[in-house]
Amino acid sequence: MRKVYHNIIQIAGNVITVEADNVAYNDLAEVSSGDGNTSLAQVIRIQDGKVYLQVFAGSRGISTNDEVRFLGHPMKVSSSADLLGRVFTGSGEPRDGRPAIHDDLINIGGPSVNPAKRIIPRNMIRTGIPMIDVFNTLVDSQKLPIFSVAGEPYNELLARIAMQAEVDVIILGGMGLKHDDYLAFRNTLDEHGALSRSVLFIHTASDPVVECLLVPDMCLAVAESYALQNKKVLVLLSDMTNFADALKEISITMEQIPSNRGYPGDLYSQLAARYEKAVDFDDAGSITILAVTTMPGDDVTHPIPDNTGYITEGQFYLRNGRIEPFGSLSRLKQQVNGRTRADHRVIMDTMIRFYSDFKETLEKQSMGFRMSAWDSKLLKFGKLFEEKMMDLSVNIPLEEALDQGWQILAECFDATESGIKTDLIEQFWPKK
Amino acid sequence: MSETKTGHITGINSNLLTVEFDTSVEQNEVAYALLGDLKLKAEVIRVRGKKADLQVFESTEGLKEGDKVEFTGDLLSVELGPGLLAQVYDGLQNPLNELAEKAGFFLKRGIYLDPLEDSSTWDFTPIAKVGDKVHAGDRLGSVPEGIFTHYIMLPFAFRGTWEVVKIVPAGTYRLRECIAVVRNENGVEREVTMTQKWPVKVPISCYKEKLLPTESITTQQRIIDTFFPVAQGGTFCTPGPFGAGKTVLQHAISQHAEADIVIVAACGERAGEVVEILREYPELTDPRTGQSLMSRSVIICNTSSMPVAAREASVYTAVTIAEYYRQMGLNCLLLADSTSRWAQALREMSGRLEEIPGEEAFPAYLESRIAGFYERAGLVVLNDGSKGSVTIGGSVSPAGGNFEEPVTQATLKVVGAFLGLSRERSSARRFPAIHPLDSWSKYKSIVDAKKLAEARNILRRGHEVDQMMKVVGEEGTNIDDFVLYLKSEFLDFVYLQQNTFDEVDAATSQERQIYMFDHISSILAQKFVFDDKEQARRYFLELRLILTDMNYAPFKEEEFKVLEQKMNEKISERAEKDA
Repeated sequence: MRKVYHNIIQIAGNVITVEADNVAYNDLAEVSSGDGNTSLAQVIRIQDGKVYLQVFAGSRGISTNDEVRFLGHPMKVSSSADLLGRVFTGSGEPRDGRPAIHDDLINIGGPSVNPAKRIIPRNMIRTGIPMIDVFNTLVDSQKLPIFSVAGEPYNELLARIAMQAEVDVIILGGMGLKHDDYLAFRNTLDEHGALSRSVLFIHTASDPVVECLLVPDMCLAVAESYALQNKKVLVLLSDMTNFADALKEISITMEQIPSNRGYPGDLYSQLAARYEKAVDFDDAGSITILAVTTMPGDDVTHPIPDNTGYITEGQFYLRNGRIEPFGSLSRLKQQVNGRTRADHRVIMDTMIRFYSDFKETLEKQSMGFRMSAWDSKLLKFGKLFEEKMMDLSVNIPLEEALDQGWQILAECFDATESGIKTDLIEQFWPKK
Repeated sequence: MSETKTGHITGINSNLLTVEFDTSVEQNEVAYALLGDLKLKAEVIRVRGKKADLQVFESTEGLKEGDKVEFTGDLLSVELGPGLLAQVYDGLQNPLNELAEKAGFFLKRGIYLDPLEDSSTWDFTPIAKVGDKVHAGDRLGSVPEGIFTHYIMLPFAFRGTWEVVKIVPAGTYRLRECIAVVRNENGVEREVTMTQKWPVKVPISCYKEKLLPTESITTQQRIIDTFFPVAQGGTFCTPGPFGAGKTVLQHAISQHAEADIVIVAACGERAGEVVEILREYPELTDPRTGQSLMSRSVIICNTSSMPVAAREASVYTAVTIAEYYRQMGLNCLLLADSTSRWAQALREMSGRLEEIPGEEAFPAYLESRIAGFYERAGLVVLNDGSKGSVTIGGSVSPAGGNFEEPVTQATLKVVGAFLGLSRERSSARRFPAIHPLDSWSKYKSIVDAKKLAEARNILRRGHEVDQMMKVVGEEGTNIDDFVLYLKSEFLDFVYLQQNTFDEVDAATSQERQIYMFDHISSILAQKFVFDDKEQARRYFLELRLILTDMNYAPFKEEEFKVLEQKMNEKISERAEKDA
């Protein structure tokens, strides 16, 4: 029988302090109040006989004589195949009214993968979205955030990619998710028959803030165990900004010196520890991570998107309901787009070049400069490009998107104006 | 030595342990926290009264108050000896390939393997003779390591004068076998093997003097060698926002730089980038030696999700290995990507120690640490008169891409060249995205100084014209200014930009740079006659195309010569005839 402690000597923010001995760092504890409410808590600091615990359900209502019982192990999650089709809370309790699962428990937040056991990613993930497939190809084992602002359809985009990606398992981690968004996710998965190969860890906006700290680790621990069983796993995280804000809250409570706009100095390491779980294993499966990062004030230099950008392998900018071609980047696209179709790279480069020229022309137009014949061609191109490629409702396979690209070019320019190499022109330029 | 000193844990805060010690401790000594059978490596970073603060190089999960800690009395050290080349280490010099064999997919904590394989054997040829008087760093013998002659030196920690009492004859010996016995003036005898240990945070100083770096190291990147050169034994930094191409640039330099040994410290960055090096370098051939690139490289990788404290150690591990090979008279290049992550590791620890923070919560000693690190670069005259060098290049990842932040500023104070990468250039797909107007170098270029100054002048004035045109439009610009602008764009496209993914263009030899820069200088100096702006624009576009094609053609071969001819004809088409 484990010892029970009654002497909570401090309650500050969501952190409580008890005097206890023989407690291991990172261990879990149960805090039970007189009325039978129980909350999980985790050891985040030990100092001279005092143990600091972050209480996942929040400290509201905790009384100084509540019971604290240490469980003698850190946070664990089941890695059993029974998880598929289930929905859990941020601390791993069932959210769907079905029984809890306690088989094959594994630790969360495990050690990092030995770089010597990673391989260079080589498989494209098809999404049916031309702005991704053609211009910033998503690659197996990539970690990629969607930078966005509140109000943009980022969760729809996430759900859509998940539905179309050919993966074995989808794991959704919701952090501070609106309840509507959670239901929308669940329904989308259900409609497409994907729920049976999905696991959901959902922390909603009405749940205690600290609970969302566990979500990425839970998702990634489960993902890792599936990937080691040769599965291709796609992890969706929405929204990592809430995760970072929860980190900020705890660190301020613990009186840590903040580094930038109140965020803790280890924000980069904390985010990296999660994103770096994306991996293509030598001789096993893979983990791909797509995460939403909402940028406070649409400011990419804000510490959260800034640190994220330094960690991830590119980013998708979602703005005005479209994936922006300029800020978006897939650092791994070079690994795959040379092997899809001979015209992939040239369509990618040419169309982006013309679109950037189009933007300049727009600027000139708005400043009242005279429009030349060339400018009119660019204006026509820009309009078609936005309509037929950038619009998020466009849903076509890569090959069709490339053909579409040639059509648009041919509609606006003649072949020599395109600046494309002659052999490709002969092969692909649409014949009138 | 007396028995192991011990202590017990009284506090745990993430990777910081507070330990009450029983007898005494030494600042920066290595200690192990015992967690069952596991020993977790740690370093003493502060002592207050009977308590010491230790940073642990592993996760501290599961440690309890009262758990035992053993102190070793040694500073954090690396093992130096033949067999370092082609190795892949973590920040504490654990060989990652061997670790993968032993522990599988994950970096399990508490496993420390020998950095150099104990069973390896080497063909030793003695240099010193019995009776020779030797000092630390003097050569006792040599072994071949790949294409290099790896000198076995009297360990750097041996102070004073020593007499060689015994030295083994030429033959094959095991790595840690005794190859010599030396005796000092006090009659103390010590055995020497082919390996030695050295504390990473202490510079190796077994040399006669440090010289002013003069000769430049050829990186084969035109914008660097010509415009912002780096000297052999010098220092440079490449700050830039994310996505500006810092890592691609570092990889290009590490592949093409004309250094004997290249040490890559992947410090707190993406694991995927290291994997590219790990998987590709063994396949790539170094054209200068015909060997695989890996055989001249050592890779230290402590990626962003690996323990933070070891991240700080990793740059020191790397520079110590560079200094070791410098002692053999070799030119070593150390590339650290990124020093900001290392600085952040310092900040994390400083925060846990509750030190009073400086700017952006970085510790007050940030500047002196950064300076101390870059100061380990240098061109030195060794004891036997030969020269060796360590060149250090660090990338910096400033928060928000703002160069005013403390790490960039502290770095700029101590480096000899600043290669600032700009978002503006990377968005315009002008790579390498080194900004030609903001960057600077204190070292001497490989090309004629006067011509270089003229080229710089054209870049600057071309930029001014460009800015002006944004306001008044093309119509409001006179033709002379417009041509100046076209010339600066021309220089940018055909010389500053370089395609690192093209086989030929990826590397431009020093000879080729001088040759091409001469051509370009004369084009820049040439007066042209144009009827109108449109004609001028088209002319420079055509000229640009010829020169870009030239960049893709092997130097001085048939295709190159044809294009050169074409270029000359093009120039005379519009060149102003002498009055």
